Amino acid sequence: MTTATIRQLLERFAAKIDGPLIAIVLCIIALGLATLYSAAYQAPARFGAQALNTLLALILMWAAAQVHPQVFMRIAVPVFIAVLLMLVGVALFGDVRNGARRWLPLGFASIQPSELMKLAMPLLLARYFHRHESALRFREFAVAFVILAVPTAMIARQPDLGTALLVAAAGLYVIFLAGLPWKVIAAGITAVLASLPILWGVLHDYQRRRFLTLLDPSSDPLGAGYHIIQSTIAVGSGGITGKGWLEGTQTHLEFIPERATDFIFAVYSEEFGLIGATILLVLYLALIMRGLMISANAPTFFTRLLAGSITLTFFTYAVVNMGMVSGLLPVVGVPLPFISYGGTSLITLSLGIGMLMSIQHHRTLVQT
Amino acid sequence: MKELKNVRRELHYFQVRLGVAGALVLGAFAVLFGRFFYLQVIQHDYYDTKAEDNRISIVPIQPNRGLILDRKGVVLARNYSAYTLELTLSKIPDLEGTIKSLGTLVDIQPRDRRRFQKLREESKGQDNLPLKTRLTDEEVAVLAVNRYRFPGVDIKGRLFRQYPLGEQASHIVGYISRIDDRDVDKIEESDQAGNYKGTDHIGKTGLEQSYEQALHGTTGFEQVETDASGRIVRGANVRALAPRTPPVPGNNLVLTLDMGLQEAAERAFGENRGALVAIEPSTGGILAFVSKPGYDPNLFIDGIDPANWDALNNSPDHPLNNRALTGLYPPGSTFKPYMALAALELGKRTPTQTIFDPGYFIFGNNRFRDDKADGHGYVDMYKSIVVSCDTYYYNLANDLGIDNMAHFIGQFGFGAKTGIDVEGEFVGVLPSPEWKLKRFKSAPAQQKWFPGETISVGIGQGYNSYTPLQLAQAVATLANDGVMYRPHFVDYIQNPITGERKYVAPQPLKTIPLKAKNLEFVKHAMIGVNKEGTGARAFAGAAYVSAGKTGTAQVVALKKDEKYSEANVDERLRDHALFIAFAPADDPKIALAVLVENAGFGARAAAPVARKVLDFYLLGKGVDKPAAPAPKLRDDDDGDD
Repeated sequence: MTTATIRQLLERFAAKIDGPLIAIVLCIIALGLATLYSAAYQAPARFGAQALNTLLALILMWAAAQVHPQVFMRIAVPVFIAVLLMLVGVALFGDVRNGARRWLPLGFASIQPSELMKLAMPLLLARYFHRHESALRFREFAVAFVILAVPTAMIARQPDLGTALLVAAAGLYVIFLAGLPWKVIAAGITAVLASLPILWGVLHDYQRRRFLTLLDPSSDPLGAGYHIIQSTIAVGSGGITGKGWLEGTQTHLEFIPERATDFIFAVYSEEFGLIGATILLVLYLALIMRGLMISANAPTFFTRLLAGSITLTFFTYAVVNMGMVSGLLPVVGVPLPFISYGGTSLITLSLGIGMLMSIQHHRTLVQT
Repeated sequence: MKELKNVRRELHYFQVRLGVAGALVLGAFAVLFGRFFYLQVIQHDYYDTKAEDNRISIVPIQPNRGLILDRKGVVLARNYSAYTLELTLSKIPDLEGTIKSLGTLVDIQPRDRRRFQKLREESKGQDNLPLKTRLTDEEVAVLAVNRYRFPGVDIKGRLFRQYPLGEQASHIVGYISRIDDRDVDKIEESDQAGNYKGTDHIGKTGLEQSYEQALHGTTGFEQVETDASGRIVRGANVRALAPRTPPVPGNNLVLTLDMGLQEAAERAFGENRGALVAIEPSTGGILAFVSKPGYDPNLFIDGIDPANWDALNNSPDHPLNNRALTGLYPPGSTFKPYMALAALELGKRTPTQTIFDPGYFIFGNNRFRDDKADGHGYVDMYKSIVVSCDTYYYNLANDLGIDNMAHFIGQFGFGAKTGIDVEGEFVGVLPSPEWKLKRFKSAPAQQKWFPGETISVGIGQGYNSYTPLQLAQAVATLANDGVMYRPHFVDYIQNPITGERKYVAPQPLKTIPLKAKNLEFVKHAMIGVNKEGTGARAFAGAAYVSAGKTGTAQVVALKKDEKYSEANVDERLRDHALFIAFAPADDPKIALAVLVENAGFGARAAAPVARKVLDFYLLGKGVDKPAAPAPKLRDDDDGDD
């Protein structure tokens, strides 16, 4: 083989990969692995496992980028139905871990169908609106809300509020981008605000407590407040420059709970400070902006909606996680994209990015 | 055309929506950035302090407790280091289960469990308690490997106190034991709370208690990193720590005590109960201080287990009582030399004045009996001491009167605290009308002093009751021609690092104004006791000249709270044997008082003990074999006492 053929092969290999997206994602992954190395110092095996997950995720991302968006639309309905059935399966035969029924045993491995719903939901809704593009009326939106509500409720009941939130967000973004009338949006917001007092009355005691804990973490310093207090201390004590890689005291003396998974941002900002946190914000912002740009330039209603929803879901991940760790939002199990330890979310996110790349690459090919 | 327009319009709508979403994204990120800025810049100092508080604990470093040594360097109390298995109660959810599974790793005896249970009950405020002390190397290794399985379980390296001589001198040295609530109050009162942060043990009795401050030392401090579960993470040093302040070890106590003499004295008692106090008359330094039986102070250090405690506490022999310091006994005839001296000083008798002793003394309707039924015949002062004639002193007491007696004899320290350097000494009773008035305040009918009571007091009976320490101090003062020193155990306190010594200077408490010829006469009579009188048999063939006086104290009645088994009653109703002595008579190096409980005549039971102690001290002669128990039978020909 000549260098020319190697180059040709490489070009073919990279042809459908979006340069800016992959660059940003690789930067975030690098920061994530460095942070995980520090956070999981007492369990070094996690670092290796995460590196392997990352490799797998990047392959899937590449694979998704090779698929034509037309195929996504075609498989939307069967995928959604399959995932919905798996959710039913979870409800019936799922494994209980940490008090929640989320896992479906498949013999060779266990999967969380709720995680797949994060992609299946926007796929289906985008396809649905695409089909009814010419005549979107109240009825269509109502149907969309029903489609959204059923799996969300099932996931919330597992219970897995974090995933339910993300699935709901993914669906709502599609509905919003599809053109849900502003009047309806305004009415909806008003209705939600008005029903807050009623909602408060319906909430369980522990749910109320969780909310109150957010307002005043010191009211429950050893219980629910402990996570918020310790992660806020970690973030705040990081200062402008941070304590340095591997030198976070909150991290290394085990004050931060869940420091490799949901609370890894506390580790990151303790060790890298405001400068590190700003760099990460900029990277996420760049990724989101690139995604919105892809959405804006997408050729069909389906691809526009899908790209927009995937991008905004990614945004939701980032904001909810960082807001929770810094004590702005209540504690819900949402990982920090491409940084938190854990293979499932990494794979879902990578597939999403792969879809974005596919949409970007095929934008001109369908425009007829 | 219309359709294209439509598409374009819809695309525009969509892009507006995307713009709104983008604005939302920017807004949310701006809020996040604002939050980070607030936490990491504006509130940084606050959270940094919080993080430091989280990770840094200040750990006290316990100082080495000072040693206790005798005058020749024999070690009475020392330290050794060993590992203990400690439980932090608040961190152990299932105590029983934890102890059970720990039992599979190390040998935990039922004894250890009972002791632990007792500690828990006694120290409610304390969270850290030892389950097992003195772990073997293997046990330490096994526990270290398995520690992760047991939250709240720690292995700690500690210094332990040890009393290598066991029972010997146990009442002097005393012991340390775990700090209890009362100790905590005391520590707080004396503003020592900081200095006791790392200390679990404190002196409870004896010198360990009275010299607690000198022995304890100054606690050092060290910053350490602790993880979220409170465990110290050694060598982690994620970030720099302040340098450590080393502890300052406690001072050593060097005693005036001579352990060779102490051992000889203890052995001289054999199986008998009793007390002995030997003092260097010219300084007040204690040479030997015996209370028999003793106990092993090592049992108390980590909390005594209930079985041992019951055995010691309920023994009819009361081994825990320090008889020399807190035992109260009538002095019996050892009182007579002071009575004689009082008579001479107050001009109530001359040495040659003679009385006739028919064997009794009539006072009012009462007949006071002499021990020798048919009397000693004509008796002068010399003979009255040498043969211990009671009738002479009945007579003398009547002539002196109680006020004179109490005042003169009180000068020798009878019925007053000696001020010795351990806590808890008893005052005793120097009988007088004033004393009786105070004593029976609640029973006015008994407040009146009857002249007949004066007569018994004259021979050391009646209300007289003194500690063996007071008897020894009195005879030491007599030997020292009326110059009285404060008795003390500690010769000097030594800084273990610099070697600097702080002497407990002998303090002359007072000089009793006494005429030399009167002193000479009484001493001469006491020499006579050991040469030709009641002490002659015990001191036959002594290579030095000694002065002494025998005594026998009547055990009038059992105290009502004492419980003896039937078999013991007889023995414990027997008289106590006493002996006071000093030697060499012309230049006294040692003065002592001996008391042997329920052993009968002083001449037979107490004087031989004194002889052995004096021999050892003055001649370096060891006591070869443990002395046989004192004769239990009263021997007629032993005569008066």
